[in-house]
Amino acid sequence: MGEPSIVVIKDNNALVIHALDEAAERLGLYIGQPLANARAMCPDLKVFDADVVADAKTLSDIADWCDRFTPLVALDPPHGLFLDISGCAHLFGGEAALLQTLVRALARQGFAIGAAIASTSVCARTLTRQATGSIVADGGEAAAIDRFPVSALGADETITTGLRRAGLKTIGEVASRNPSEITARFGARFSTLLAHALGQGDAPISPRKPLPDYIVEKRFAEPIATDTMIAMTLSRLAETLIASMEKQGKGARRLEAAFFRTDGVVRAIMVETGRPVTRSVVIDRLFRERLDALADPLDPGFGFDMVRLSASRTEIMVQEQRDLDAHVHDNDELAALIDRIAARIGGKRVVVHLPQDTHIPEHAVLAAPAQHHLAAAMQAEWPVRAESEPPLRPLRLFDKPEPVTVPFATVPDGPPHQFTWRRAKHAVVRVEGPERIAMEWWRQDGKQLTRDYFRIEDAEGLRFWIFRDGLYEGEVFDGDGKPAPPHWYVHGLFA
Amino acid sequence: MSGARISALATLRSQIERIETAEVVHHHDRVALGHREVDHALKGGLARAAIHEVFCEGRQGAAATGFVTGLAGRVTMRRPLLWVRQDFSELETGALSMSGLAELGLDPRRVVMVRAADVESALRTSADALACDALGAVVLELWGETRQFDLVASRKLTLAAQSSGATGLLLRMAAQPLPSTAETRWMLRAAHSPPGPMWSAWGAPRFDVELLRNRHGPCGRWIMEWKCDECQFSEPSAYPQPVAAAPAHRSDPAVLQRRVG
Repeated sequence: MGEPSIVVIKDNNALVIHALDEAAERLGLYIGQPLANARAMCPDLKVFDADVVADAKTLSDIADWCDRFTPLVALDPPHGLFLDISGCAHLFGGEAALLQTLVRALARQGFAIGAAIASTSVCARTLTRQATGSIVADGGEAAAIDRFPVSALGADETITTGLRRAGLKTIGEVASRNPSEITARFGARFSTLLAHALGQGDAPISPRKPLPDYIVEKRFAEPIATDTMIAMTLSRLAETLIASMEKQGKGARRLEAAFFRTDGVVRAIMVETGRPVTRSVVIDRLFRERLDALADPLDPGFGFDMVRLSASRTEIMVQEQRDLDAHVHDNDELAALIDRIAARIGGKRVVVHLPQDTHIPEHAVLAAPAQHHLAAAMQAEWPVRAESEPPLRPLRLFDKPEPVTVPFATVPDGPPHQFTWRRAKHAVVRVEGPERIAMEWWRQDGKQLTRDYFRIEDAEGLRFWIFRDGLYEGEVFDGDGKPAPPHWYVHGLFA
Repeated sequence: MSGARISALATLRSQIERIETAEVVHHHDRVALGHREVDHALKGGLARAAIHEVFCEGRQGAAATGFVTGLAGRVTMRRPLLWVRQDFSELETGALSMSGLAELGLDPRRVVMVRAADVESALRTSADALACDALGAVVLELWGETRQFDLVASRKLTLAAQSSGATGLLLRMAAQPLPSTAETRWMLRAAHSPPGPMWSAWGAPRFDVELLRNRHGPCGRWIMEWKCDECQFSEPSAYPQPVAAAPAHRSDPAVLQRRVG
């Protein structure tokens, strides 16, 4: 046994003990004790600063690791986890074997843990604090916990102290009182907690992730590490997944592959599709694209001992007559291509366009992810262009209008005669305009200025879309409230 | 060099020639652009299932975009168009505006845009997309010189286009032409509107088009105009605006001339 070590945290401007090891506990130190007192009792303490964020991260990593036992894992901060193992235990050789596997594996990773199985979450939590390793059958909750001190329930400090002062030291003593007395004295929340601990009713846990619709997984006695093995495993899993979905006429819209490394690290990779996938080849290819393009590649370390493939979003497949209609085939091909590109570079980077009902040029078109809006975009109603008119809107539009310097322009609403943009002078040869676009006062919060747009051609034949931000003498003022000349901007370029 | 070696080389050359032309003739059908002289130089029109490069100076980006959009409008034949662009080019010349595209007479509903972060992912995406036979055309828009787009990358795109029948259009802004396997290579500049008073409206988009390379015909330089209503190119008109409205029921010349090559 080494020197006693403790972790301290700042509480009300004083450093107090946040966590301690066995040696420190044996010296009589306790959690919540001020550091100064602890030092007085034991001068050669090793002291570390608490890192609450890292603690939370560790807990969440352990929860990831626990995903291998059940998909329903809930956090119980600051250092607890609930696992709903209903219907899972037999896969690991029964409840006792599961508990043993879990405790041993975590102990091997260097964690000191308490674990217990009971039919309600509060009862199980109480047991982990006092009798780790116990398994309580349905109905035996009250008998299992009635000799434990009330602090094991994990209620507020004030309630625990109150109960102790009232002479109720064990859970059994509290339970023997009339529930209405307890409720009157300590509140309904405590009496509910007590009832749950005794196995009367249960509070549902809130799992970190929603339960996927379909899960398939493969465990390995000998961890796998090579790319070919990983790819092969994935395609086998994909086949099984598709087979089970096919029975119910479903197709997958979102798939997640989770790789469980032997050292406890879990990496999850997700792909989304625009249409329900019903072929394992497609799943295979999407994951290949995704794995190829990962910024930090999948690191097998000493190998993966389990791979899980789950479909977290599925849709009912409508069987269509496909072969006769080339158009349908084209749309399917396009959707598949979009899925592949999105798997590689991200769904937000592949977009289709939807027209919006507004006159403001920069808001007239909405770019939406193609995976989800392809069908809507194909049927969108675009404004009809005026026949035998040259283009009224530029082909290239700047996201942010770029300022230009205009030495002089015809007032009040004439065009500039020359302007400087990106350090180059342009002489105005042709002008059309102004086209006045007033801002939408019913939508904007701040005051926006009226814009006068001009279509301008310069001496070289380049065509610009230029606007004056604000009317002369009416909208633009300097710091003293006097009218100031408005600014000019290039908003787009015509072909 | 000995006579035998020279004749061996000649045989090899002719073999290569035969392989290449066989491949080309087999796959290509051509789409007339609408400008008589240009179509003549192109032996009937722009070849589909091939790669075409359009170059321009940095500030001529919008004109080149207009020309590429026009080419895409001609070759896609109501099939979807995938436009792959690099993030940087949007900062330089602005984003492709769907309202502007619609004003040119093209259908924004059939455009899918891919916003690639860098040249590599843009190249990879376009090679992948060109192999997809559901697409009419793939536009790859790159800004500036890139080392990644070499002969190998170009060859990859060409092979993909030949296998699927989709047309690849490369919009290379602020870049110098390098050796490639492109079917044609163009240099684009904006052209002036026809002379007229300052306040008279400008006409249809006009391009000063230079054909720098043409694998199966002569090169040249022309002024081309884009007819937004008919969705095709034409000879430059003398007046900025059409005097009479164009007839509504006009057969599409592209359909008539499709099987020329």
